[in-house]
Amino acid sequence: MHSCVESSGVGIAQKSVFDPIEVSRNSVQPVAAIGNDDDDVSSDPGPTATSSGPVIELVDVVATLGQFPALSGATMRVDAGEIVLLRGPNGAGKTTLLRLCAGLLPVVRGNATVMGHDLATDREGVRPHVGLLGHQNGLFADLTVAENVRFWGATVGASTEEIGAAMERMGVADRLADVPVRKLSAGQKRRTALAGLVARRARLWLLDEPHSGLDQRGRDDLDATLRQAAAAGATILVASHELDRAESLATRIVGVVAGQVTAGGTRLLRGASPGCSRRRICASSVAAACSRIRCCRSQA
Amino acid sequence: MLTNQVLPFAGVTMLIFGFALDANKAVLELVAPGLVWLATMFSLLLLVQRAFAVEGDDGALDAMRVAGVDARAIFLGKAIGLAIQLLLLEVVLLFAAVVLYGETIPAGGVVLLVTTLVSATCGLAAVGTLYGGLAAGSKGRETLLPLLTLPAVAPVLIGATRAVESALGTGVAELSDGWQWVGLLTVFAVVFGVGGALAFGPLIDE
Repeated sequence: MHSCVESSGVGIAQKSVFDPIEVSRNSVQPVAAIGNDDDDVSSDPGPTATSSGPVIELVDVVATLGQFPALSGATMRVDAGEIVLLRGPNGAGKTTLLRLCAGLLPVVRGNATVMGHDLATDREGVRPHVGLLGHQNGLFADLTVAENVRFWGATVGASTEEIGAAMERMGVADRLADVPVRKLSAGQKRRTALAGLVARRARLWLLDEPHSGLDQRGRDDLDATLRQAAAAGATILVASHELDRAESLATRIVGVVAGQVTAGGTRLLRGASPGCSRRRICASSVAAACSRIRCCRSQA
Repeated sequence: MLTNQVLPFAGVTMLIFGFALDANKAVLELVAPGLVWLATMFSLLLLVQRAFAVEGDDGALDAMRVAGVDARAIFLGKAIGLAIQLLLLEVVLLFAAVVLYGETIPAGGVVLLVTTLVSATCGLAAVGTLYGGLAAGSKGRETLLPLLTLPAVAPVLIGATRAVESALGTGVAELSDGWQWVGLLTVFAVVFGVGGALAFGPLIDE
């Protein structure tokens, strides 16, 4: 049984809020630029092309939550410009993996390097480059939407224009701007948090169920934002159970099962083919993490 | 928070102390400085819990860590915020002691009183912020915070009570005795202020 989703293009022609990202360091291959015909799926576990080293490199990493080994020998490599979907059942270690990459958890064993910083010795060094959106939104309830976004933008010295663009990007610029966060709905809070993340101009986005609470338009806005950020050189890790949407977004899928990362993961290559104006991606069974992914063109 | 929760709580505490001591004016006048500081410390626990709930409720403390916000800046910001609220609270509680317990504030003791309030408040704010940060990440934070904080602020309770007794001329206390206690309070505030700023980052990280 296959679930199918349609991805209707990724190009976004509007002012970029991602310009300040250091694009020149990486040879980025935007998702939309990868063309193909029949072999829409590659199981090649290797990384995408990049001129610099990996953004994330984990080798046999063990991390614990208290006494519980939340990650038990995780090995993974992620390169610049990739959008990697972390897929796995509840409690598999996806959130732990994201928090580890954000420098919030100590590495008990193994080698973990993120943005060139060894997490065993320099967890603080990686943090300014990272934007983390966890299950919680990380907002100050008593501050307004604009004040929250301004706060997070200020941590990287974002200008007023950049902050305004970030708010506009996530649809919280107008009537919501002066509303205290405690009065917002769950979806509006999520949008505000994402606007803060955009304003931070992170080079590595770590997103845990980012679509949670968003309406259809919010999800579309988010996906477009992520694609644009990746095209500008940002690297994105997404943990999600909304597989159809997340798979349509990802350039690669990595399974996380029982604290272990399946090596390499499955790389998705997709693009428009002759006679097909829209890309269609069919995901196979979601039962096993990192299972087979098949892509097909619409023949209808 | 201060006006609609902590001040009423502190006011009721002062009233209850009066009931517990059988509204004996002579006794109340004698023990008023201690009761003021006890009420301050109970209120400190509420203020600290609220100060960290502001971020803890929605994961903003983690977000600030990821954003690279300097832990010392977080510590100092929280400590200053707490200190301002505590100072206001102490002024109100002293006023309550005058009204409820018949306490008097001699003009000669005002400087000592103000200095005591400031130095004791700095110490309380530093300790509260340090242990508040430590307890914020733990599951039993509601009980852990008082268990950690109250023993640690015992020197402030003793020193501030003695100094205020001297300032108010309660019992046999002399004005000059109070300054020695202010010295102790100042050392306490500096040690916990500097130590807290340095230790806060590793504490909230782990």
